[in-house]
Amino acid sequence: MAKITIDNLRHSYLSNPTRDEDYALKRVHLDWADGGAYALLGPSGCGKTTLLNLISGLLPPSEGKILFNGRDVTFDTPEKRNIAQVFQFPVIYDTMTVYDNLAFPLRNRGVDESEIKTRVETIADMLELTSTLKKRASGLTADGKQKISLGRGLVRSDVNVIMFDEPLTVIDPHLKWQLRSKLKELQQRIKRTMIYVTHDQTEALTFADQVVVMNNGEVVQTGTPIELFDKPRHTFVGHFIGSPGMNFLPCEVKSGKAMVDGQAFAVENAKKAGSGKLELGIRPEFVTFSKAGLAAEVVKVADIGRVRVVETKLASGHSVKLIVPEGDGIPSGKVHLNFAAEHTHLYENSWLAGDTSRASS
Amino acid sequence: MPLELQGLTKRVGADTHIYSTDISFDDGSFNVLLGATRAGKTTLMQLMAGIQKPTAGKIMHNGKDVTQVAVQKRNVSMVYQQFINYPMLSVYENIASPLRVIGMAEDEVKSRVGKAADLLRLGPMLKRKPNELSGGQQQRTAIARAIVKDSDLIFMDEPLANLDYKLREELRDELPKLFAGRKAIVFYATTEPHEALLFGGKTATLHEGRITQYGVTSEIYREPNSLLSAEVFSDPPINIAVVKKSGRTLSFADGAQWVISGAALKLPDGAYSVGIRPHHVVPVVKGKVDCEIGGRVLVTEISGSESVVHFHSGGKTWVSQTAGVQPIKVGETVRFAADLSRGIFFNADGKRVL
Repeated sequence: MAKITIDNLRHSYLSNPTRDEDYALKRVHLDWADGGAYALLGPSGCGKTTLLNLISGLLPPSEGKILFNGRDVTFDTPEKRNIAQVFQFPVIYDTMTVYDNLAFPLRNRGVDESEIKTRVETIADMLELTSTLKKRASGLTADGKQKISLGRGLVRSDVNVIMFDEPLTVIDPHLKWQLRSKLKELQQRIKRTMIYVTHDQTEALTFADQVVVMNNGEVVQTGTPIELFDKPRHTFVGHFIGSPGMNFLPCEVKSGKAMVDGQAFAVENAKKAGSGKLELGIRPEFVTFSKAGLAAEVVKVADIGRVRVVETKLASGHSVKLIVPEGDGIPSGKVHLNFAAEHTHLYENSWLAGDTSRASS
Repeated sequence: MPLELQGLTKRVGADTHIYSTDISFDDGSFNVLLGATRAGKTTLMQLMAGIQKPTAGKIMHNGKDVTQVAVQKRNVSMVYQQFINYPMLSVYENIASPLRVIGMAEDEVKSRVGKAADLLRLGPMLKRKPNELSGGQQQRTAIARAIVKDSDLIFMDEPLANLDYKLREELRDELPKLFAGRKAIVFYATTEPHEALLFGGKTATLHEGRITQYGVTSEIYREPNSLLSAEVFSDPPINIAVVKKSGRTLSFADGAQWVISGAALKLPDGAYSVGIRPHHVVPVVKGKVDCEIGGRVLVTEISGSESVVHFHSGGKTWVSQTAGVQPIKVGETVRFAADLSRGIFFNADGKRVL
């Protein structure tokens, strides 16, 4: 088990990178505590797989260092780093039994058979594979096979970190929650450092205590699920976390208030605004209909069960979405909108105005 | 009726893929075919498109029997889960290809491709090759090709399944807008109830080769006719429990009891299955509640804007769906209250009774 330090790490796939855009991974600093559950979340092409490959040693970085418990492992081979990895698709030996599959990483390292038996049985019990231990792996369903892959990642007690790369891709949507449950339970029980890479917000927020959100090769925010929802540090986080994502509206600041379409809104961080491009951010959950306020027109209502998602258009043409709980009335045509002040944030050049603790700089 | 299926059946060997189906679809309708993998969505679309031939039954289009007409002669477009584009052709030529086949004049081709590309925000990419585009742009190219000609029928088979979820969200917003005001009948197959709800339009729920219900999407969701339709059209899965009603009491197999109020009081005493949607199961803050279920939490799934708690109670798994991020940990014991007034009751045959 290990504490992981990512120090000034940069990577370019080009041989002579010069500009910032030449880097698939711009300058990244991260400190991960021993035994923590972390997720790397972002769209395809954001650099998360590059970062994963740098940590596992499949790729040498262009610049910077990776430390495990303070020891520099930047140019160590993957074997030397002592890492377990679980991939998108099950990697198992079809002709072996489930037991032998789980025992494989231990036998490779010469662990004695009685110890192997204890560990394999414990892991099989946690993953509910006990009844299949004597069966051939080839006979299992896709989720059964992926459970073996997870088990093989978890069976060794000496690994520094366990890394999961989109491990639930092949799992039937109706079964995903069961594996999420198992993973979460295992993480809480065995307390190893785990890194989970995904483009799916639910996967990341469900698994991790700390989620690292990436975009364009940069870390835009690291935080708990509540922090990412309540106070996105970057407009990308506001957009990416939540369905639908945060509303962003161009605005200007006048006497401590944000002005949108001539309407003044109290904003918690209005005083921190500078001279950059300003936007007001408000989640659809915190927009309500009101008697007076910002004038808008209802253009679409989608009843999605628990709530209705209402799309409105402002006179300026910008769209504002609202979440309206089941049973609450929705006016039609011309309406007025109100924003909950404590959930309204100001963004300057896409970053939370006045936020000095940028995740990557 | 524009498209009508009469006793349409498909058998392969001893297996029935589509049981005898009678249904009609209006011009300009957006129809979601909703069901699990292998429910028969793809088979049904291929039968309607003329790619597969039915074993029995007829397909009537604008009053004409088209059952034996080949797909090439039916004026249909298709979009698949895997992005299919011509790799050697530019995006422009990819979109234009169905118009070239029918020999349309160059001016008209240019104007139509331009319009389709604008709708799908592909304007700046027209000169590129498909492999220079992102996955979302490649799929938008395939969709643009499907809408560029005036097809009578447009079939989309899980077209967003391979995309990142944020891209999916954007395209879900855009798709219904593309078809608004058109005469084409659109079919959209998906395994995701959430997707059907976002699209609106009409939905047919499918289960093992049968359409269990068809109608306006929100009505089908709100008023399922059977246990099967309710189960197909619920995400997270609807909570179903076998109960015994006796007077004002609802008893569960494990001995738990709920106090009945409202419409359910009028049901004759006896055995039922009751369905409670996950968002009608909410955590109890304090005090006594009429319909309580409690148990050990298996996992809390957090999507950003809502939390889905799976918990174990009375030998089965229950699901609760609430707003916001609920920091409920695996293994915790939690009390929940069910809103029985919104419960859906089914008889022993799975037919809806309340």
